[in-house]
Amino acid sequence: MTVTATAPPAADERLGKPRAMDQLIKRPEIGAMLGALLVFLFFSVVTEQFLSVGGAATWLDDASMLGIMAVAVAMLMIGGEFDLSAGVMTASTALVTALLATQLGLNVWLALLVSLVFALAVGALNGWLVMRTGLPSFIVTLGSFLALQGLNLGITRLVTGSVQVSGMREAAGYESAGFLFASTFQIGGTSFYVSIIWWVLFTVVASTLLMRTRFGNWIFAIGGAAQSSRAVGVPVVRSKILLFMTTAFAAWLVGSINILRYASVQANQGIGLEFQYIIAAVIGGCLLTGGFGSAVGAAIGALIFGMARQGIVYAGWNSDWFQLFLGVMLLAAVLVNNMLRRRAERVRR
Amino acid sequence: MTSLIETENIGKTYGSVIALSEVSTVVNAGEVTCVLGDNGAGKSTLIKILAGVHQHDQGSFKVEGEEIKFSSPREALDHGIATVYQDLAVVPLMSVWRNFFLGSEPTTKFGFLDRRKGKEVTKKALSDMGIDLRDVEQPVGTLSGGERQCVAIARAVHFGAKVLILDEPTAALGVKQAGVVLKYVAQARDRGLGVVLITHNPHHAYPVGNRFLLLKRGRALGSYEKSEIDIGELTRQMAGGAELEALEHELRGVEA
Repeated sequence: MTVTATAPPAADERLGKPRAMDQLIKRPEIGAMLGALLVFLFFSVVTEQFLSVGGAATWLDDASMLGIMAVAVAMLMIGGEFDLSAGVMTASTALVTALLATQLGLNVWLALLVSLVFALAVGALNGWLVMRTGLPSFIVTLGSFLALQGLNLGITRLVTGSVQVSGMREAAGYESAGFLFASTFQIGGTSFYVSIIWWVLFTVVASTLLMRTRFGNWIFAIGGAAQSSRAVGVPVVRSKILLFMTTAFAAWLVGSINILRYASVQANQGIGLEFQYIIAAVIGGCLLTGGFGSAVGAAIGALIFGMARQGIVYAGWNSDWFQLFLGVMLLAAVLVNNMLRRRAERVRR
Repeated sequence: MTSLIETENIGKTYGSVIALSEVSTVVNAGEVTCVLGDNGAGKSTLIKILAGVHQHDQGSFKVEGEEIKFSSPREALDHGIATVYQDLAVVPLMSVWRNFFLGSEPTTKFGFLDRRKGKEVTKKALSDMGIDLRDVEQPVGTLSGGERQCVAIARAVHFGAKVLILDEPTAALGVKQAGVVLKYVAQARDRGLGVVLITHNPHHAYPVGNRFLLLKRGRALGSYEKSEIDIGELTRQMAGGAELEALEHELRGVEA
C-alpha cells in the first residue's frame, strides 16, 4: 500500500508526539503481519525447503488463489455482509467456461466473457436478494451456495454424463487465454505462477479503492452504520450490490485461473472454501460485525494459510494437523483483533 | 418572506394506525421551531416526513413556498434539509474527518480522496463552530456523546443546509453536555439556518426556541410563539394534568 507522508496541517499543541507503537497498533493488519512473521520464521527454521526459491513459489501460489478471494470477501465483510456462495462460485464459473468451450465449441475468450457475465449476474442477484428481503446475507447466500452446488453437479452430469469437464486444451484460444491466467514466469531459475501477480494486483487495487476513494469510504460507512450512511446520502443498496458483484468477479478470476491451469474441472470443487476466505479475512483484521478491516490484512491472512499449509507438508507432518493449526490461528486472531481494536479506540482519548 | 418549511394539516397513517394527523407548523430562517411531546406523540413521524424518510398522505408540505413530497433522504438533502438523528448521527469506527465528509467526499482531479483537504476543512469547520478537537483522525467512537452531536451539526452547517432537523440531540446527555449542544443549536440559528429541534424536555427547548409545537398522540396539542407562552405553561401543557404533580416534584429536585 502506498503511504504519502504529508505534513499535518497546523499540528495541535495538545497532541504529544504520536508514539510509533500507537500508530502501528491502529492498523487493522498488524496482528496478521506478526502472525505471518512467526509462521514464516517457524517453518524456515524447522524445514529445509521452505525458505528455498522453489518452496516460496509453492506457498505463494497456494496463498494467491486463496488471497484473491479473501481480499474480495474482506471488502464485502467491511461492508457488513457475508457471501457463503463464494467458494462454489469458483467452480461454477470454471464449469460455465469449460462447458461452453468444450461442448458448444466456443472460443475460450468468448466462453470466459459469458462466464464473467454469469458471475456478475449471480453476484447482483445475491446482493439484490439481501437488500430486497432485508434478511441476513448469511442465510441468503447459504441458499445460493446450496443452489449453485446443486446446479454445478446436476448440469455437469446432464451434459457430460460425469461430474467432470475436461478437454479444454483442444478449445480455440486456450493458449492465449492460458498465457494471461495460468502461465509461469522465471525468477532465479524457478517458475512462479502468474496467479501471484493477479493476487498482488487485486490487493493493491482493492486497498487503494478502500482507502483512497469515495466508494471506499462508503464501504466502511455502510458496514459500520448503514442507517446513518443512508441519512447522509450514501447509496447503501447500490454499494452493497456492487460488493457482492466484486466477490463474484473474484470467483470468476479464480475459476478462470483454475480451468486454464488444469484444463479440467470437478463439479464438486470449491465447497468449504468460503469459510477459508472468511477466516483469512478475519485473521487479516476484519471484524465480523463490519465497518473495520483491511484488504492488505486479508492478503496477509491468505499468506499465513499458504505458508502453514505447505510448511506442514515440508515438515513431513500429516496434513490433518493443518485444521488444528487453523482453528488455533483463528481464535488467536480474533482475540488479538479484539484487543488491538480496543487499544486503538483508547489511544488519544 | 416565505418560510423555509411550512406544513398544513399534514398527516400520515401506517395501515390502520394514524401516526400523525392535522399538524401545522412553520420553520423560518434564523429561528428555532421546537417540537415537543412524549414518546409516541408523533415527533419521529413528523421529522421523518420532513427529512424524506417517509411520505405524508394528507395535508400539504411546502419547502420555500413550493409543494413537495420527498422520495428519499438524498432529495431532502438536495433541498437543503439536513437531519441529525439522536443515535445514528455518525459511524463510530470511522475517523472524524471521514465522518464529516461522508457522502460528500472531496476528491483530487484524479478521482481519489483528497485526504489532506478533508482533514483541513474538517478542522476549520469544527473550529468555526467553536468545537475544538485535538485530532480529526481519531475514530468518532472515542468522542463523547455531546461532541458527536456537535460534529454532526457542524457537518450539516458546513454543507450548506438551510434547515437543520435535530432529533432529541440532548436526550442522552448530561446537563453540561446538553448545554454545549444547545449552544451550537443557537449558533446554527444565528447563522441564519432554520432549526427544527425535537425534544421532550421543555427546559432545553425554551431557552433556544422561537416557536413551540406540542404533539400528543399524533395530534397537535397547541402551537405557540415564544411571546405567547412561558416555561411553566409549556411544561404544564406537555405533562398534562395527571402527571403534573409528579413532574413538579421532579423539577423541584433539579432546581434545588
